[in-house]
Amino acid sequence: MQDVNNIKITAEIVKEHGLTPGEYDRIVGAMGREPNYTELGIYSVMWSEHCSYKSSRFHLKKLPTEAPWVICGPGENAGVIDIGDGQAVIFKMESHNHPSYIEPYQGAATGVGGILRDVFTMGARPVANMNALRFGEPDHPKTKHLLAGVVEGIGGYGNCVGVPTVGGETNFDPSYNGNILVNAMTVGVADKDKIFYCAAAGVGNPVVYVGSKTGRDGIHGATMASAEFTEDSEEKRPTVQVGDPFTEKLLIEACLELMDTDAIIAIQDMGAAGLTSSSVEMASKGGVGFELNLDKVPQREENMTPYEMCLSESQERMLMVLKPGREAMAHAIFEKWELDFAVIGEITDTGKLTLTFGGEVVGDMPIDSLVEDAPEYERPYVPTPKREVADVAAVNDLNQAVMDLVGGPHLCSRRWIWEQYDHMVMGDTIQRPGGDAAVVRVHGTDKALAISTDVTPRYCHADPVEGGRQAVAETWRNITAVGGTPLAITNGLNFGNPERTDIMGQFVGCLEGMGEACRALDYPIVSGNVSLYNETNGSGILPTPAIGGVGVMADSSKMATIGFKTAGDVIVLIGDTKDELGSSLYEREMVGNNTDNPSAPPHVDLALERRNGDFVRALIENGQVTTCHDLSDGGLVAALADMAISGGMGVSANVESDLPLHVALFSETQARYLIAAGAEAAEEIRKEAKDAGIPVQVLGTAGGDRFTINGGAVDVAMSELAAAHSDWMPSFMAKAS
Amino acid sequence: MKSAVIVFPGSNCDRDMAVALEKITGTKPLMVWHQEHTFDTVDFVALPGGFSYGDYLRCGAMSARSNVMKEVIKRAEDGVPTFGVCNGFQVLTETGLLPGALMRNANLHFVCKDVRMSVENTDTMFTSDYAGDSEITVPVAHHDGNYFADDDTLDRLEGEGQVAFRYLDDINGAQRGIAGITNARGNILGMMPHPERMIEPAFGGSDGRKLFTSVMNRLG
Repeated sequence: MQDVNNIKITAEIVKEHGLTPGEYDRIVGAMGREPNYTELGIYSVMWSEHCSYKSSRFHLKKLPTEAPWVICGPGENAGVIDIGDGQAVIFKMESHNHPSYIEPYQGAATGVGGILRDVFTMGARPVANMNALRFGEPDHPKTKHLLAGVVEGIGGYGNCVGVPTVGGETNFDPSYNGNILVNAMTVGVADKDKIFYCAAAGVGNPVVYVGSKTGRDGIHGATMASAEFTEDSEEKRPTVQVGDPFTEKLLIEACLELMDTDAIIAIQDMGAAGLTSSSVEMASKGGVGFELNLDKVPQREENMTPYEMCLSESQERMLMVLKPGREAMAHAIFEKWELDFAVIGEITDTGKLTLTFGGEVVGDMPIDSLVEDAPEYERPYVPTPKREVADVAAVNDLNQAVMDLVGGPHLCSRRWIWEQYDHMVMGDTIQRPGGDAAVVRVHGTDKALAISTDVTPRYCHADPVEGGRQAVAETWRNITAVGGTPLAITNGLNFGNPERTDIMGQFVGCLEGMGEACRALDYPIVSGNVSLYNETNGSGILPTPAIGGVGVMADSSKMATIGFKTAGDVIVLIGDTKDELGSSLYEREMVGNNTDNPSAPPHVDLALERRNGDFVRALIENGQVTTCHDLSDGGLVAALADMAISGGMGVSANVESDLPLHVALFSETQARYLIAAGAEAAEEIRKEAKDAGIPVQVLGTAGGDRFTINGGAVDVAMSELAAAHSDWMPSFMAKAS
Repeated sequence: MKSAVIVFPGSNCDRDMAVALEKITGTKPLMVWHQEHTFDTVDFVALPGGFSYGDYLRCGAMSARSNVMKEVIKRAEDGVPTFGVCNGFQVLTETGLLPGALMRNANLHFVCKDVRMSVENTDTMFTSDYAGDSEITVPVAHHDGNYFADDDTLDRLEGEGQVAFRYLDDINGAQRGIAGITNARGNILGMMPHPERMIEPAFGGSDGRKLFTSVMNRLG
């Protein structure tokens, strides 16, 4: 069985491990000798794109990660921010794209499981899950199967674990036909003085394995996630892990129970590259060595080799360093929860990861070399060319355009999806999916967290810098629109092959825009992950830097929602509308866009974003407004339709503008909000806005049973609009393929 | 009113139930772990929602055979008010305390949404405060809520006033739209919808409260 270590390492084997000849030479240099097969496997995952961020690290360093309320930025399992009253919010987003395409149910389920562990590892009770999903065009033969499987998987895991899935976003675009994106985000709450980190310490202290047993699943998952797909990707199914949310639920309770004691020195979940990356990470952060006896690892299958044990990505496992003498007490807790508990090694002062098996040393590698010597590439890139501003044509039938967009795949209700998620368990969801941001009360308080995930890949593709800015700004705006104060973000950076200069140009551009927006909005990045090589047969996805934003509101009873509440309420538009139909949803769906040379997307003026947003948030905080919606895809019409459908009443609006009507209605100019309030309150708000120099326009009133704009230029029955909006997805999913 | 919430491995609405009971009755419930053989005397026993034992084998099947359920069954048979929500309802049918079974939803999807129900019998200890309410709204969240029993059993349930709640829309394919039933004696209620999730306006309504206040009033 240890025989694998007698295998002679050939150029072919190195290649199979996803390493270049240059990288192999680097390993030999770092070790001072040739690695054996197990060691090669470990280097290959530690130096994979997924674990080492070798193509992205250089650029990620440029992102702003600090603010007075940031307790812990990137580099730990998740980011940590201070929300006052001695409490902290711990959150992160992570991608599970490659596995979800190969096996959508398990891929998505284990994506949720993994991100949950990243959060409770740090001492937080997970309180909300979110997601950002991208699928291929609706007509693609695989889309329905993938969408159904992913939704089922997210629900299957989150529902059982008992953490509400409170929102997210779902988009369709042909560029995802061969590479869907599944980004999952978890938000947790912890006491500020009880946060757990992964740095190991104390020579001789026990290294403890808890959770599920180790099997042969998911071996080389991290390596798979670092390569492009080809036709034979289906054969990679064995690299996808299988999740068990029941065990995860027990693991959460057991870990939180142990965390209530003072037994834990360091703790880390076993995620990508399993036992290997968790022990290397813990040892590296603590500046110590680890000696692990692989015979002690709880195993699910017989005759597992050291190679398999080190590289398995079996789910629901954690590694901890305990204070000496606390093993029995800790063991009793895990026994109560019917989970495995095994002391598998101890901390050493050698600075090495030493693996023994059957009494022999089967691996011996300097920790530093696994982490710090990992290659870092400053890959060449070509900035995306500047785009021309488009003159987007009008359509003949505005009513049809409204019906097609609002009742089409991109703007229709996502109810079919989120009704499959338990979005209420834990009893604190006070804004359910379907609004601008999900709102979850901080248990036992009047405070609440507002959470939103966003990105507009069309914009990122046309102009990565604007797209990067816009993704950050849109989460900020969505949190603002419910009355939250945006605090920080996490991200899931999904791109194509970084070895292509144009893709690398997209990556660099998006990060530049994101960084700018974070700085301008005091909205730092505290965690995230990078998923590259989202390509199939050389065709890449639209650049998709998904952003997950978190904000807080002090008094959750002031929260705003999108639906009109009282017939006769006056609708007010905050923010100026410009001729910005370039790369809009309207352009793509109604007149067609040129994917090779897209038109310039809307410009994001961050100062304006902040000024308009701060004004709107103050209105909500002051109790002047409880109906608010930001404007995004589909512009003014889409936002009005959402508010009307959600409120169950019509609209009569009159848009005054120098722009052609189709531009005024569908332009995607940023930094805009719609609010609704009683006539007197609305007039007061209009005056306040004018005095503050904020563009404001009274549009009309809510009520009635028709959706009417500019005296009939648009005029459709609310019942028809609402039916089109609610029916698209269920009928699409019910259609035979 | 002193109550107990039974906690199985995989229960996940145990805290929600405890919060609701404390808010409404003013007394923190006793949380009882499934391995216990007995627990303090209480006025009310609640079996919460969740995925006990991961729903493996059949929903509620393993929990129904746990240590604590032997005691719960004994007390229920002695007349202690016993209330199972969602997975708790599944456990109650698996123990045989309530007839029938909860099968996979007819459309095979998990469903989480507010549902409209009629209160079919307001003469029970769990429903008396609903007298005069033609319709209530309470959320469901389940994958296996499709109530099934043979026709004789269904006729008997209907005839004896044991159907407590009925869906006003088709939610999961349940026979005769049954959302909740009591035993013949009327001291055991099982239901799929979650009244503990609808106890304040911030959740979208308070229709769930009256279930708990009914029991409180009865117990005095």
